[in-house]
Amino acid sequence: MSPALADPALIGVDCTHCGLPVLPGDVAPDADHQFCCSGCRTAWALISASGLSAYYAAEDRRRTPVRHSGRRYDEFDHPAFHRLYVQAIAGGLLETELYLDGVHCASCVWLVEQVPLVIPGAVRAELNVPRSLARVQWDPAQTSLAAIARFLEQLGYPSHPFRGGRADQRRRAEDRAMLVRIGVAGAIAINVMTVALALYAGWFGAMDPGYVRYFRWISLGLTVPAIVWPGRVFFASAWGALRARRIHMDVPIAIALGAGFIRGAANTVTDTGPVYFDGVVTLIFLLLVGRYLQQRAQRAAADSAELLHGLTPSTARLVVAEAIQEVPSESLVPGAVIEVRAGDSIPSDGRIVVGRSTVDRSLLTGESMPVPAEPGDLVYAGTLNTGATIRVQVTESGEATRLGRLLLELEASMGRRAPVVNTADRLAGWFVAAVLLLAGLTYVVWLRIDPAVALDNAIALLIVTCPCALALATPLTVTVAVGRAAKSGILIRGADALEVLARPATMLLDKTGTLTEGRLQLMTWRGDEALKPAILALEAHSNHPVARAFEAAWPAEPRPVATAARQTLGGGLTGSVDGVDFAVGAPAFVLAQALDPDNLGQSVPAHLTPVLVAAAGIVRGAAGFGDPIRPDTTAALASLRRLGWRIGILSGDAQGVVDVVAESLGVPAAEARGGATPEAKLAEVERQLAHGAVVMVGDGVNDAPAIGRASVGIGVRGGAEACLAAADVFLARSGLTPLVALMAGSERTLRVIRRNIAISVGYNLIGAGLAVTGVINPLIAAIMMPVSSVTVVLMAWRSETFRTEP
Amino acid sequence: MTILFILVPVALGVVLISVGAFVWATRKGQFDDLETPALRVLRDDTEGPDQTR
Repeated sequence: MSPALADPALIGVDCTHCGLPVLPGDVAPDADHQFCCSGCRTAWALISASGLSAYYAAEDRRRTPVRHSGRRYDEFDHPAFHRLYVQAIAGGLLETELYLDGVHCASCVWLVEQVPLVIPGAVRAELNVPRSLARVQWDPAQTSLAAIARFLEQLGYPSHPFRGGRADQRRRAEDRAMLVRIGVAGAIAINVMTVALALYAGWFGAMDPGYVRYFRWISLGLTVPAIVWPGRVFFASAWGALRARRIHMDVPIAIALGAGFIRGAANTVTDTGPVYFDGVVTLIFLLLVGRYLQQRAQRAAADSAELLHGLTPSTARLVVAEAIQEVPSESLVPGAVIEVRAGDSIPSDGRIVVGRSTVDRSLLTGESMPVPAEPGDLVYAGTLNTGATIRVQVTESGEATRLGRLLLELEASMGRRAPVVNTADRLAGWFVAAVLLLAGLTYVVWLRIDPAVALDNAIALLIVTCPCALALATPLTVTVAVGRAAKSGILIRGADALEVLARPATMLLDKTGTLTEGRLQLMTWRGDEALKPAILALEAHSNHPVARAFEAAWPAEPRPVATAARQTLGGGLTGSVDGVDFAVGAPAFVLAQALDPDNLGQSVPAHLTPVLVAAAGIVRGAAGFGDPIRPDTTAALASLRRLGWRIGILSGDAQGVVDVVAESLGVPAAEARGGATPEAKLAEVERQLAHGAVVMVGDGVNDAPAIGRASVGIGVRGGAEACLAAADVFLARSGLTPLVALMAGSERTLRVIRRNIAISVGYNLIGAGLAVTGVINPLIAAIMMPVSSVTVVLMAWRSETFRTEP
Repeated sequence: MTILFILVPVALGVVLISVGAFVWATRKGQFDDLETPALRVLRDDTEGPDQTR
């Protein structure tokens, strides 16, 4: 027994498991460990019985109570699941990757990776923290994946199968290949530069011609692998573009690299003229680095696409001969009958065969209220069954569902988006080609004026105009800006978005969840104060959003117990509190059983959802529910208009509701469109794109195709993962204020990029002028060359692109 | 300065070895996840489950 607990003042005792205070009544004075609830006691018993109590020694473990969903994970052992996600590996073992919820920190790594030591037959568990992916290997003869998943869930990590395995392997291979190319190009570039330095130094002293030849051959030998290995990507890409009869930025780069290399090689063999090898390999290296920086940001964003699949549950409860089997939802075939419990997401499209319920379709349509669903009605995958248990006959599953098609549409629309050509890449290629031409001219012209310095001047030109600064200007500035923006809660995926956002154009915003809070709130209330406790008593029997809104509006009211409470789907609640019969619900439902002498039913404004309250057959109260506008919306829209943006609303909610919001925000009625399906939103964005850039801001899956198609798509906090995956920019702080910071920051970033390009081009022009006229020699050029790179790097780091918010 | 004819190839040999090591490490996935190993090392004090079970 610990002496501290013998103290009579037991207040302030913390739960051993979760660290929350234990209520004095629950403190067991003689026990070594105290728990706030039986859940924590169970979790503690499990962790210590598994011998993992070192978890409690970890200081940074999360301090939130572990929640258990009680899932059995039976579908993880289903043959269909194994066909989809499990690979057999050497030694008769099986391997799969699981996506874990709630992975944060070092303790998680430790806890998850102890699994093999606790579960006999689990061979290996390896966690990748940034991606929340656990690779698990097990012996099917000794244990099952379901057992491992149940154990992980008990530790607090509910798991899903990782559905992007193949695409992920391909991406990983691409990432590695890119890194290898950079490594090889970097090593070669440094060595060729070293050799080149020796050669340049040799121009002044009397370097023995034998050594000169020797060094030139060495740099040729080093450059060949740089061209055929890391440099090959530019040639392959240029060749592909030419075959498709298009010109893109890799074409001039490939020409410059090829011409520089061939001329240099020819000069090496004939022992005349300059070799361009140092410029060629440095260019390969720096262009690859710039591309890697951009690609890495995109890769991180692409990871979130995996979360798309989290929209539909991985499990379905299949009804087979009146018994329930948990199966992977991918394995459902049309015609199968599944059970969907109240509160669960629907795993596939289908028709209700048994049961009446309400379905929250906001994910697909943006409607703020659940709609009633009866036998024969169609329900869609990804929507939420909020009412009662129903049975659904599957019509479509997996990618064929409406949600699946929407996501495919989203991928396709992202592919259709015209790429914004990176200014610096585009410039760098032509720049190099121009420099090569100029160098050739300089050599020829000086050959007539003064043959002795012709070669020197041509070389000085090549060195001083090395486009390193140009190649670095954009990626570096963007990387710095993106990092700064992330610190202030704006996650950006790359240069393209910044370039578009810097020029004000058309901005379309979704209403529900973007301009508004996205949840129902009590807006007006007329009636007796004394009714409130009775309403709360009845609403305790419902999980309808109206019930939640009543509870949120009156948190301090007492809550008596209602008897004989009954919920009528699509109608409301009846029941009796303290002997008085009450009815709460939609006007049609309440007025069917009560009189309304004061005409309270007419008192609720038309754009709000009315709820009437009747006591003993007389309507006594009327509540109006609506989705309130976020507090910062008005100010943010005003700032955006000042920056020059044309604002429009594109919502799936009813036109009447949209009009009211538009009016209060000062958006002209012509620019406020309601009742738009996801397909209609996409069409509207496409129509507007004909007149210029369109920025789409939204939060839901119903916005995702439009976000994917828009010039730049922006997802707001609290949005669906599909919307985040489609978005180029994600605002991690709630509200629209970050939107204003984003636009202003983009404008500043583009200014810094332009300034950097101007500096490097201007520097190169001056240098080129000096070299062409023979003012500087190769050594001075070699000293001047890095100065421009350093300037650009410093300018990028110092740039005030995004201000870190407090 | 004839020594250069030996030293330069030797230096290039060293480069070849280190590039080879880098390529090998990349292909083995050493650079795939740069975060988790740093966390893993923090928790190596105890050898698996408590010995006092």
